[in-house]
Amino acid sequence: MSASETLVVETAARVLADLADPQTIVQQRDDAWKAPLWLSLQEIGLDLAWASETGGGAGASLADGFGIIREAGRAALAVPLAETLLAGWLLDRAGLTAPGGPMTVAPVRPKDHLTLDKAGRVNGRARMVPFASDVEHLAVLATGDQGPLVALVRTADCKLKPGKSLARDARDTVELANVLPVHSARLEEAGTQEKDVLLLMGAAARAQQIAGALDRILELSVLYSQQRVAFEKPISKFQAIQHSLARLGGEVAAAASAAASAADTIANTGFDDAAALLEVAAAKIRCSEAAEVGTGIAHQVHGAIGFTDEHILHRFTLRLLSWRDEFGDETFWSLKLGELIAARGPRELWPLLASR
Amino acid sequence: MSLIHFDAMRLPARCQELRKEVRAFLESEIAAGTFDPDRPEVGDKNADEFSRRVGAKGWIGMTWPKKYGGQERSFLERYVVTEEMRIANAPVRRFFVADRQSGPTLIRYAHEKIKQDVLPRIIRGELFFCIGMSEPNSGSDLFAASTKATKTDGGWLINGTKVWTSSAHLADYMIGLFRTSGSTKENRRHGLTSFLVDMKTPGITCRPIGQMSGQRDFNEVVFQDAFIPDDHVIGEVDGAWKQATSELAYERSGPERFLETYDALLALTNAAGAKPDVRVTVGIGRLVAQLHTLRRMSVSVAGMLEAGREPVVEAAIVKDLGTVWEQGLPHRVRELASLLDLEDDEEDVFRNKLDFELKIAPKLTIQGGTTEVLRGIIARGLGLR
Repeated sequence: MSASETLVVETAARVLADLADPQTIVQQRDDAWKAPLWLSLQEIGLDLAWASETGGGAGASLADGFGIIREAGRAALAVPLAETLLAGWLLDRAGLTAPGGPMTVAPVRPKDHLTLDKAGRVNGRARMVPFASDVEHLAVLATGDQGPLVALVRTADCKLKPGKSLARDARDTVELANVLPVHSARLEEAGTQEKDVLLLMGAAARAQQIAGALDRILELSVLYSQQRVAFEKPISKFQAIQHSLARLGGEVAAAASAAASAADTIANTGFDDAAALLEVAAAKIRCSEAAEVGTGIAHQVHGAIGFTDEHILHRFTLRLLSWRDEFGDETFWSLKLGELIAARGPRELWPLLASR
Repeated sequence: MSLIHFDAMRLPARCQELRKEVRAFLESEIAAGTFDPDRPEVGDKNADEFSRRVGAKGWIGMTWPKKYGGQERSFLERYVVTEEMRIANAPVRRFFVADRQSGPTLIRYAHEKIKQDVLPRIIRGELFFCIGMSEPNSGSDLFAASTKATKTDGGWLINGTKVWTSSAHLADYMIGLFRTSGSTKENRRHGLTSFLVDMKTPGITCRPIGQMSGQRDFNEVVFQDAFIPDDHVIGEVDGAWKQATSELAYERSGPERFLETYDALLALTNAAGAKPDVRVTVGIGRLVAQLHTLRRMSVSVAGMLEAGREPVVEAAIVKDLGTVWEQGLPHRVRELASLLDLEDDEEDVFRNKLDFELKIAPKLTIQGGTTEVLRGIIARGLGLR
């Protein structure tokens, strides 16, 4: 995103700054902030930005939605805003209406598969589903007899095995045994990659969140280094610290570029070719790498205070690290991308890169 | 607001059209035997004629003003030409430095007469430029330069030594930084002046310095009372420090800042075949992801330059990340190649290629601004200095 940031994204940034300030959240130590925030997001229509107006949403552009998700990352947001956007988008793709209220999506792990049988019931198991125990509805991508389908499922109809992410956000195992969906429909314009669209879209969203959060920990780290005095001067004056922060800046830039490029690709050219795989895989891989290096530097610069639960840094760093695992980790996407490159052969590598 | 911005800039359609044209040209040059992507020595021999043919295509100085023979095409078009030439291992040395930085410096700061004389010849591919910055006691610390230019009748006499000057022995001109007066207490950068130096000037001697990579393009350039006419001063006397920050952004963010060892990745992909060992596949995927990201960052900076901004910090980031990456690439390729089963002759070809990349790798984070200098620039951009 750039100087031409749209009004929608600016609004998201303002709402999150007002109602999901990490400092306030850390001090209050409870979830009281979540309800008023969600109400406000819902009022403005940010939660269903990606659902069309006929499907109960705001019908915002894909680019705007990615911008909102990046802002959610900048706030290290621990409510399912990105997930609800994704669910709204998935439902809308199949022509289904969103029910209102926070939602999540499944599956988020490449190895998990859900099926929809002839009787119209959903079966299967999805692990590490974000915020499943916090929401009433789940938008799932399932395989049916005639290809991929989207179904809206009540979490109350599923068996949930609670789990937590590194940041202690809900990441639950969801078991679906003969679950009758609220409604379901085949994905329109089903192409070869339809079974992967949720992974691609989810990975692009996680890349945006990582880019946003990294951007914020750079700000925090720069500010802290200027305030913290050691050996009689601000530690920002030490070359060792300057070079560490310069490296962090490089990682922030790489993550921002990779995430923006993938989002732009999905927004403008869709999913159905090698370019989309290259862009999304690269974004998820490179952002995840930046998350490792970036969180390491931010903690090193902050010293012991950054490791405490009363400082806000961990809200960012733990989420940064856990987002790496969702919608395909670095190894998964490297394998996918490597297979593509190897199958196309060495002479096609540069033309593919140069086409972007 | 974010401290660092990189937009998802895309090259416009006309650039991708131009790319096809450049590829077709390069293929015909390869077919004609002008150069061989796998054997650089072939191209070195024919670099002069190649340069003239590239000039005839209008691809040297293509962004420069029409009144000097340029075409005022966009910086993004130049970007495409640069990256296609680099990927093909085309023998660009003859014009690359002039096209990238010497020309733009002259356009901004040289005397009109010099511009009219020199720029059209660069554009035709006739002039070879080198850069005289480093000295035995001045490397990253440019402002420590001590090679002297002393005022004399109608010009200046230069005395001293420049080192690590790439291709000085072949170059027609140097743009060099020389001391015209001492630094001041208030400003240690004061007192240096940029000059256009005709390398055929009596009193200039080039001595080759061998490199560990086997390349022989480094030189020591000794000046003994070499006379440079007054109109060859570039910009303000004693004020070189005020010039040339924007040129550095061009120099630092181009595709040559992450593609120098690309051949190692190409050789690995070639040797690995269509269905490699899963570890090799994962390794290739990861390297391609990193390379793609670097290129997207570099294109983004090209877009900022085209838009008339001065992305000094962003360009420094591209060079820092890009050169560290291309330096590591042959090492990563080496680790992955260990998993391959190669026939003897395949192994020989692969080794040969990899050995060269391993040997050039150490210099990549030094030339054109060291990693340490770049990180200092980035830190300043972050408000830390």
